[in-house]
Amino acid sequence: MICRVPGLHLVATGSPRGDWLAGSNGEIQGARHSLHERMRHDHLITSKQFSRADIETILDYAAEIGDDPSAVADRHAGTLLGLLFFEPSTRTKMSFETAMKRLGGDVVDMGSIESSSVKKGETLADTVRVIEGYADALVLRHPKEGSATMASEFVDVPLVNAGDGAGQHPTQTMLDLYTIRENAGLDDLTIGIMGDLKYGRTVHSLAYALTNFDAHQHFISPESLQLPREVVYDLHQQDAPGIREHDSLEEILPSLDVLYVTRIQRERFPDENEYQKVAGEYQIDADTLEAASDDLTIMHPLPRVDEIAPEIDETEHAAYFEQAHNGVPVRMALLDLLLSDDKAIGGEGDE
Amino acid sequence: MSDDHDHHDGNDEHELRVSKIRDGTVIDHVRGGQALNVLAILGIDGSDGEEVSVGMNVPSDRLARKDIVKVEGRELSQDEVDVLSLIAPDATINIVRDFDVVEKHRVERPDVVDGVLSCPNAGCITTSGEPVTSRFAVLEDGVRCGYCGTIVREEIASLIDT
Ligand SMILES: [Zn+2]
Repeated sequence: MICRVPGLHLVATGSPRGDWLAGSNGEIQGARHSLHERMRHDHLITSKQFSRADIETILDYAAEIGDDPSAVADRHAGTLLGLLFFEPSTRTKMSFETAMKRLGGDVVDMGSIESSSVKKGETLADTVRVIEGYADALVLRHPKEGSATMASEFVDVPLVNAGDGAGQHPTQTMLDLYTIRENAGLDDLTIGIMGDLKYGRTVHSLAYALTNFDAHQHFISPESLQLPREVVYDLHQQDAPGIREHDSLEEILPSLDVLYVTRIQRERFPDENEYQKVAGEYQIDADTLEAASDDLTIMHPLPRVDEIAPEIDETEHAAYFEQAHNGVPVRMALLDLLLSDDKAIGGEGDE
Repeated sequence: MSDDHDHHDGNDEHELRVSKIRDGTVIDHVRGGQALNVLAILGIDGSDGEEVSVGMNVPSDRLARKDIVKVEGRELSQDEVDVLSLIAPDATINIVRDFDVVEKHRVERPDVVDGVLSCPNAGCITTSGEPVTSRFAVLEDGVRCGYCGTIVREEIASLIDT
């Protein structure tokens, strides 16, 4: 399928792994091509696929859909989205399902892995090749890193990565960027990203995407959960202007426009005591925020446990529920772009 | 081209350690101790009946100690040998016909290595029994899995898929 979408290039496919490889050299081939080329975009695997212009195009389109979802309500009548969730994630799955249905389509769901042939030892490569026969596009959540890249090599329908192990989660990144833009703006942004930075795929995806906006990024985590060196390497390859790592929020909190909090999971620590001690240092409540700017926006990919005290929910700072809601128009925009072959975003032509 | 493939280090004494070959490939100036990894990368284990001779830790001018690998009856292509640059960046390749070196070249770092290496990340899809060939991008100072993004800078030889 050749997609003619002025203003958007998701990925030059057949070879998403080529993108990975290119990305590792700091060159995102394809994504840097002229926006106005006629381009093919089959899969959505990593936030590395997006240029700044791509992101802006997607966010603008998501905003347009958010303003008037009825305009696209029938765009994909009869279209089926295949949901393959090898890890439980009710929320992400529901968000995709809602997005597809609001575009007029429907979903087919592999169901839980407990009841599927995966239990019987089927490979992912086989599973996606079977399900692609049932659906017009696939959404994959899988515990292994690189699973979406590999799966995309076996199918001809568009495949969306909804999380591959500690790897990437690009649709989450888009809704995060959307939320940041709405609340704090993406220009001249100073953001703190806190919590489990080692395993947090939303963090890895987001940090990379933010390099397109020259954001100042502060990474706050216990030493054992710092960003993987691969992610740091990528950020440096992108000439990200300000990448700093901290073990405490205190010193940089006053300078932040956005604080993005992630959950530190119990299973990352050898024992309960160690976990309690460490996790306690990365939780925020009303007292913590006394040092923060009045305009600070607080985000969280959810679900949270006790990283953010409930007392913050009612403050102007809290943007995490809005963030979750933004998943629908953003995923509608992305699905529409992936599924359309003649969509001119916002009706604008080349300019 | 000269017939000096056994004379880089000037000294006939060393020739005795590894016999001349008639037709085939001599991989010289391999870092000491890497000869068996060279064979592993090339997929040469003698099971096809190839005549292979290996010299290990031979004194060398260029390297303190070098290994030499000679494969009789097989001319290795540039693509085949370039992957050796990962573990033997100084290697020279001599193609021998009728006892003469007819071609001599260095290994060049490839952009990508397919197969050969396996990803050290236990969480990587390529190590999970899927029908997929590993693929690594070659960086200036290491290699990177094309699937999970893991970077390996040291001990690349330990990734060789045997
Ligand atoms: Zn890997």
